[in-house]
Order: sequence, then structure tokens, then C-alpha cells
Amino acid sequence: MLKTSLTELLYVMCGIVCFYSAYATFKDDTHSSRFSTAIFWTILGVIFTFSRFGLIWGNKEIMIPDVIVGYMVIVLAILSAFKLVKIGKYNESTNEFKKTMSEKIGNKIFIPALSLGILTFIIAQIWTKQLGSLVALGIATILSAIIAIIYTNGRVSEMADEGRRLLELVGPVSLLPQLLAALGAVFAAAGVGDVISSGIKSVIPQGNILLGVIAYCVGMALFTMIMGNAFAAFAVITAGIGVPFVIAQGGNPVIVSALGLTAGYCGTLMTPMAANFNIVPTAILEIKDKKYGVIKYQVPVAIVMLIIHIILMYTWAF
Amino acid sequence: MIKLIGILIIIVGFVLKLDILAIVVFAGIVTGMVAGIPFNNVVETLGKAFVENRYMSLFIISLPVIGLLERYGLRERAAFIISKIKSATVGKLTSIYLILRTLAAMFSLRLGGHVQFIRPLIFPMAEGAAKNRYGNIEEDDLEAIKGLQAAAENYGNFFGQNCFVAAGGVLLIVGVMKELNYTVEALDVAKASIPIALIIMLVGTIQFLYFDKKFDRKYLLKLNKSKDFFKNDTN
Repeated sequence: MLKTSLTELLYVMCGIVCFYSAYATFKDDTHSSRFSTAIFWTILGVIFTFSRFGLIWGNKEIMIPDVIVGYMVIVLAILSAFKLVKIGKYNESTNEFKKTMSEKIGNKIFIPALSLGILTFIIAQIWTKQLGSLVALGIATILSAIIAIIYTNGRVSEMADEGRRLLELVGPVSLLPQLLAALGAVFAAAGVGDVISSGIKSVIPQGNILLGVIAYCVGMALFTMIMGNAFAAFAVITAGIGVPFVIAQGGNPVIVSALGLTAGYCGTLMTPMAANFNIVPTAILEIKDKKYGVIKYQVPVAIVMLIIHIILMYTWAF
Repeated sequence: MIKLIGILIIIVGFVLKLDILAIVVFAGIVTGMVAGIPFNNVVETLGKAFVENRYMSLFIISLPVIGLLERYGLRERAAFIISKIKSATVGKLTSIYLILRTLAAMFSLRLGGHVQFIRPLIFPMAEGAAKNRYGNIEEDDLEAIKGLQAAAENYGNFFGQNCFVAAGGVLLIVGVMKELNYTVEALDVAKASIPIALIIMLVGTIQFLYFDKKFDRKYLLKLNKSKDFFKNDTN
């Protein structure tokens, strides 16, 4: 109960960051796509804040109907498709200012930087049952914000501006993981998984253990690459290949399934569909190659890891 | 077979570099339509899943804190500190991060993240190390360092996480196997995930140290050559 309300409050905080972006964009009359960009961030803010607003005080009835959220998502996609969401101008601090402040503040600047991760961990460990790790992240963020202001002597308005800068830098792409999960739900409702697993069953010959292991590991990786999500792939491919072609031939279910999922992660390393791991970081780190800037370094390692998975499963599970 | 059209749309969309958000939404709607689901129901499924997966975007709340720290010279300070550690190279630093990140994931510590750690801490440190060792470093190589570090975060996160008994992946395995009539214990799945966690630390480290060698060859050779040139000049 407390956990649900607090989690909902976190989404309200996300919404506020979006609303500030919308507000600042709207006020900037030099912005080249002022209105459409402001609308984009407003819609997103509304979805974050109000889609399940009533849950904050435990009232499930007060919410935006899913079908309306769906149409709002379509509007977001259209704005993005027509390149109507653009990055604004920010009053960033100058390099001289950063240098002076870094000398003045010294190593203490690392305290708030590290506290975000460490406080999340401590809070999550102590109150896992009551809060869960998401709420822990939220509380740690608030505490770190206070610590950051204490050590930098910065202002809350500066924090808002900086939040806006990073949000717009990460941009519409940051929504992709969420959208892909939504796509997975539509695929499941449409029965896409059944079509694929019956197709695979007609291709692979039964009776050869090594071939079964290869088909399972490679199948996990490939399907994960297509779906961008190893979890979605695991259910389909384990039922379609893992059980009939590996476990039924005498493979240890624990080892086969554990390695099956991590074989899928090899696929995650190689696909732009795994946006939160491979695409969002290019925005966060300001890498120029937005699609393959991270993936191209991961592919060789992913292939080596996949081969190791096959060898390990073949020798260890049997 | 026609139901696979969504997958085809996504592949074509990515190949043609069309707008990613629009392609994913379009693929979902078309797939739902060809499966005979009424349009409004497709939109509803889309909306429901989008709301239920909001947690994936929770990192947004940490952006203002990180932004403020950057405004007050966080990266500059990290670079300053690393520039004092003469022996640190990009590869060694990234390897150390990979090992720490994997260990953290194995114990379900949330000590990592592209937003929380790579951008504000590890990348500025690597940038400092590279500039300290090679003087000026080319733009392309900086991009490579960014890519490798984003990769290190992913390696450690992915292959370490299932060693924790209550990890999402472990619970998924237990649940799926139960549906398929195989009873597996979460603890056993976690233990079976340990070898891969150890292997990724090794494989990743080899990759990062390889890039150290590559940079050394490129920049240190150049430096030595220019030194020789000056020597000859003064003679």
C-alpha cells in the first residue's frame, strides 16, 4: 500500500521534470519548434503524473483510461516522426565557472555523486519489503539532491534547468524501452509468439544434443535481438526449443534455463532494439553514432560469450 | 505468418533509419490489426503496457541532481584526480569498473548505470587518463572510449545480475520453468549463473586492454617519433 503510493509519487516527480521542460520550452520564443516540443513534454508529463493518480491515496478509480493513454502515445510518436521535438537552448555554466567551482568544492563533489547509488542500496536493503528498490531510488535521489545543494551551494532553479537539459538531451529516445514493452504486450495479444515457436519446431531436427544446444542459445540471442527483450524471448524460445530439444534429451533444467537467459543477453548486446542499454546511453554519453555507437564494441564480446554459453551448456548440463 | 509483419516493419524501419518511436508504435498497431483485434483495443493494450512499464523511465528523476553536479564541475574534478594517477590507462580503468560493476550486480547492489556512473564519473576519469597519457586524443577515439564504457556497464549489469536470488531474471526462469512442468529453485538458478559472471569479467577485460594496446601504438609511437625529430633537429 505504502509502496504503491510512494511509487506513484515517483512518477509524479518524473512528470514534474517533464512539465518543467514543457514550460521552459514554451517560454523560449527563439525555439524553432516551440509549441510541438512543449506539447510533447506536456503529454509525457500527464501520462507520468496522472495515468494512475488515484493510487497515491489508494483509489484505483481515479485514473486516465488506458485507451486514452494509448492515443496520447500515438500523438507522441507522430510528433517524433515529423521531427517536431527539438532540443532547446540552456543557460549552462561556462567552462571557467566549472573549473573554478571544481577547485573550490574539491573532492566533496563526489559525495552527492556516490550517495545516489549508495543510499539507494542501503535504503533498498533495509526496507526491501516495505518499499522495494524503486522507492529506494526515489528517496536516495531526494537525499542526494539535498546533499548536492549543500556541497555546491547551487540553487533549486539551477537544478531544474539542468534536469531539463539532460532530459531533452536524452530526448524522445528515453521512452523507447517503455514503448517496446508496450509493443511486446500487443505482440502477445496478437499471438506472435505462437507463430514463431511452431515455425522453429519445423526446422530443427530432434535427437542431436549439440545441435539442440546451439539452436537454443542462438535462438535466444536472435529472438532477443528481434524483440529487444530477453525476458520476452525466454518464455517463447524455452518452450519452443529449450525444453523439447535440450532438456528432454537429458539436460539439467536448472543449468539449461539459467544459461538460456544469459545467452539471450548476448543478443541484447547486439541489437538497437534494446534501446535502454544500447541507444539511450549514446544520448546520455553524447556519442555521435546514435544507433551503433555502443553496439559495435559489444558485438565481438557478445559472439565470444555466445560460443562460451554453447560450450558450457553442452559440457556442464549433460 | 502474416502476424510477423510487425517484426518485419521494425527491421525495415531500423535499416532505413526511420524515426524509432514512430516505427515501434506503427508496428504494434499493424500487428494488432492483422490479428483481427479492433483498433481501439490495440490502442488500449498499448496504453496499458506503457503505463505499467513507467518504472523503466524512472531514471528521469535523477537527472536534475546529476545535471547540477555537472554544472559545478564534477567532471572537471574527476579528470583532475585521474590526471594525478599516472599509471591509470583507459583500459585498466574500464576493466576495474567492469569488475566492480559485475560484483555489484551479483550482490544486487545498484552501484552503476550510464546516467549515474558512466557519464558523471567513469568517462571523465577515462578522458583524463587518456589526455594524461597521450596528450591530445582524437575525437574518434573519444567516441570509442565512450562506446567501450557504455559496454562495460552493460556487460557487468547483464551477466552479473542473475547471481542474485531475487533478481528479475531468476524469478522469470523459475516462473517459466514451472509453467513448463519443471520445478527449479531460485537459489540453484542463481548459483548456475555464477560461471558466466566470472567469465564476462575476463572477456571484457581482454577487450579493454586490447584497446589500451591499440591507443599506445597509435599515440605513443607518434610521440616518440616527434621526440626523435627534435633530437635530430638539435643535432
